[in-house]
Amino acid sequence: MTITVKTFARLADAAAALSTERGARFLGGGTLVMRAVNETDPAIETIVRSTDPSLRHIAISSARVQLGAGLTMAALLAERELAFLHPVARVIGGPAVRTAATVGGNLFAQSPYGDFAAALLALDATTTLAGGFGQREVALEELLVRRDQGVSLVSSVAFRRPTTRTFRFVKVTRVHPKGVSVLSIAAQLPLMSGRVNGARIAYAAMGRTPVRARAAERALEGRPLDAATVAPAIAVAGEGTAPIDDAMASAWWRRQILPVHLRRLLLGDGQG
Amino acid sequence: MKTPLQFRLNGEEIATFVDGGANLLDVLRESVGDLSVKGGCWQGTCGTCTVLVDGAPRLSCVTLAESCAGTSIESASGLRRGADLHPLQIAFMAHFAAQCGYCTPGMLMAAKALLDHNHNPSREDVVDAICGNICRCTGYEPIIAAILDAARVGRRGT
Repeated sequence: MTITVKTFARLADAAAALSTERGARFLGGGTLVMRAVNETDPAIETIVRSTDPSLRHIAISSARVQLGAGLTMAALLAERELAFLHPVARVIGGPAVRTAATVGGNLFAQSPYGDFAAALLALDATTTLAGGFGQREVALEELLVRRDQGVSLVSSVAFRRPTTRTFRFVKVTRVHPKGVSVLSIAAQLPLMSGRVNGARIAYAAMGRTPVRARAAERALEGRPLDAATVAPAIAVAGEGTAPIDDAMASAWWRRQILPVHLRRLLLGDGQG
Repeated sequence: MKTPLQFRLNGEEIATFVDGGANLLDVLRESVGDLSVKGGCWQGTCGTCTVLVDGAPRLSCVTLAESCAGTSIESASGLRRGADLHPLQIAFMAHFAAQCGYCTPGMLMAAKALLDHNHNPSREDVVDAICGNICRCTGYEPIIAAILDAARVGRRGT
């Protein structure tokens, strides 16, 4: 099948083309769409691109971070103010993937991919969607629920800047130094008077999309982070998850090791 | 419908026509005739198709060729200067860092991307640089040793 490539200088025009062109897919860095094109995915008839600089814009204040959806993992790694995200960006493939893989693309990566999306979910990110209606904000959590039903173009993500050392991330893989996730865990663990206040924990590769660990979050609330008090959260670590079987691990194995790695992450006593 | 595409490949101006949705790997091999760029998986997984686009390592199999308009691309065929091999190529030979050789062009370009920006890499830096490149016969140790050796040679300026 012949594929048409349409490149737009303005994001709004790209968004309009996505909704009007037959079989249109937006191309970020190419790691997802070009793979599908190479596999002759018949659903792709038009590739839509945009060179709009807003897609690669970074805005960081003391309170808030906004990332253009077209920013690559390499671009994030070059930004010192985003050091808290570097452990996440650094494990998204090798250098040649990181120069292509984008923030926006990761939101649409199928399990077991999507480590960066899990991090953004833990950071309570909102997405800005561009479409014929203009722009509107949608919580990432909501976007992930309906991302496969055809959504508008994500132009940026934004989240409150985490305070020092409240954000933690671990990726568990069978291939070192880097491989596809068996699972990954991102957690934002603000403390007030030494007790967890407003925990957000998210997993990648523990479901069709990255998911929140709500039961574990509830179990942590108001407790200090020590071995005895995190035990109830560890006991419910797998609630609400539906991991897949794949070449990296079986769903059973993922369920078995999740509590182990969540415990280590919460107690800060080692990486997966 | 074919689309005109121009870029530089190893310093040479290239003008060609590409199919809609064509990946850079196929264009380099089939339209331009640079067979040093190897195709392994066409999924962005194995790294053997690695080239440098404006100095940055890219997996040519998952790079839309049209997105490379106006860029400068480097492939393994452009490493040597006349009869003189690149220090990386010499080091790969000296360390027996190629057995079947299929991963070698991608390894060389991933290593070049590292050494172009880091003249004194640690072993960890080298491992990270080639972590997206799969080798299934040589083994990684000779490759890592070769890259570290090429870096040493580069620092000596010999």
